Amino acid sequence: MTADSGSAAVTRAEYCVIACAEVWRGAGEVLASPMGTVPALGARLAKLTFSPDLLLTDGEALLVDGEPAAGAAGAPPTVTEGWLPYRRHLALVATGRRHVMMGASQIDRYGNQNISCIGDWARPSRQLLGVRGAPANTLNHPTSYWVPKHSPRIFVERVDMVCGVGYDRAAAAGPSAARYHRVPEVVSDLGVFDFDTPGHTMRIRSLHPGVRLDDVRAATGFELSVPDGGVPCTRAPDAAELRLIRETVDPGGLRDREVPPCGR
Amino acid sequence: MSDKRMTADGVVSRLESGMTLGIGGWGSRRKPMALVRALLRSGLTDLTVVSCGGPDVGLLAAAGKIRRLVTPFVTLDSVPLEPHFRAARERGALELTELDEAMFLWGLTAAGQRLPFMPVRAGLGSDVLRVNPQLRTVVSPYADGEVLAAAPALRLDAALVHLNRADARGNAQYLGPDPYFDDLFCEAADAAYVSCERIVDGAELARAGCPQTLLVSRMFVSGVVEAPYGAHFTSCVPDYGRDEAFQRAYVRAAADPGTWAAFVKRFLSGGEDDYRAAVAAFTEETEAAEVERAPQVERAPQAERAEQAEAARKTEKNAKGRR
Repeated sequence: MTADSGSAAVTRAEYCVIACAEVWRGAGEVLASPMGTVPALGARLAKLTFSPDLLLTDGEALLVDGEPAAGAAGAPPTVTEGWLPYRRHLALVATGRRHVMMGASQIDRYGNQNISCIGDWARPSRQLLGVRGAPANTLNHPTSYWVPKHSPRIFVERVDMVCGVGYDRAAAAGPSAARYHRVPEVVSDLGVFDFDTPGHTMRIRSLHPGVRLDDVRAATGFELSVPDGGVPCTRAPDAAELRLIRETVDPGGLRDREVPPCGR
Repeated sequence: MSDKRMTADGVVSRLESGMTLGIGGWGSRRKPMALVRALLRSGLTDLTVVSCGGPDVGLLAAAGKIRRLVTPFVTLDSVPLEPHFRAARERGALELTELDEAMFLWGLTAAGQRLPFMPVRAGLGSDVLRVNPQLRTVVSPYADGEVLAAAPALRLDAALVHLNRADARGNAQYLGPDPYFDDLFCEAADAAYVSCERIVDGAELARAGCPQTLLVSRMFVSGVVEAPYGAHFTSCVPDYGRDEAFQRAYVRAAADPGTWAAFVKRFLSGGEDDYRAAVAAFTEETEAAEVERAPQVERAPQAERAEQAEAARKTEKNAKGRR
């Protein structure tokens, strides 16, 4: 590691950024749609390193290339490379050329996700956003999730309203639902999870350094599968990636606001 | 050439209680707020509102004007959750048809195309089908035999949209980056009403932007309203961005019935001229308060640090004393 960037230890937020970036490894020439700060940083890091063909938006209606960090001095100017207003964005979803990372107010062991409301839909105890595009996203292209604060209130036995479709529901809904359905990964502040099990139930892929298996079990409202031969550690960003995180994509330290540095 | 200019109240006089109204824009962006404020002043009620919801939905819900809402979401964008919509849902005050965004887009498109539905993959396997038992699937008649969701046409009695410019005949232009679904709303409606920042003549309209900015054609428009600041407090770029300070005040006021009543009295009890004057006064107050606060922000942390240091010294002394 270089002296300037490597002098401080890798923080939990930085493990989360690299874990989110890894979601887009090998994605090819598709739109990366990150929702949330850490996924947005991860998508930019992926584009700057191992997935240079990714496309990103300005958060509104433009596809922008060479997106600099907010307020970064000397950053290259962005170039508008395309137009993606909402109607085209929704149409793009059905083409499959997109990998979204959404948030989740609730998520279950099969990857069913809820952002609509908590409690009985007919009269919710807590109204949230609404289904938005989660039903379409999950049936048309890879949909991963980011949970900045892993807890048993989010990782639940059963979600109150299925917005993003999980593996069990996609299979039950028939071949048209399952045809393009894929939930590759769930990244939280504790670790990385996937559904690479025979029954497509959530499995621990890696835990961030300092997180014990018991911690994540206590913070999860259902039984997690554990890989044979033990749980690996989430990989650390290498020196170049760490420098990009700290100096290029997030010099203002926005990542620490979503995942506090002292961890938990 | 028919001159379709009218007032916002004139638009509302053509609407009836119980109608299905489509409202353009998206979240807290380019909402026809002057027309919504005119709706608030009217006796209309029992409405079915079709909208990618923002404060249009919030205000109408707070006023008890919505019987049913058809939407994929309601948000203020920079403030994720719309407070009045939340409150209305949590007290069971409105019926909801909650659709996926793609179902909404293609349902609106189907209505304009005079089709009963559009096939979409979206919705299958999700609880959108559970909470909307009226939704149906459709089997492809071709060899693939795919079973898809049939997004029902969202036919509207009337559409309300706000654009940057229009001519008196109803050709309307957007100058921002996103047309949202405004033209689709107009085409899906029996009557469409366009408000705009400025009514200009056709030649000026053509000069103001490239042909692709001429989003809404007069053949779909029944009335045009000149409404400067007519999307406030939502964004209407490039004419103005979202008024974040005002939106924050709106959210704060919504938290309590007393403060909400005061907000309504101050901003929503008169016409558009009164509204603009009240907003101008609000902005002046807010900016004056910020200028006044600014030097204190500089001082505050120092004063706090000094106090903390003093407190720490005392604690240390006490600790020493006890030892």
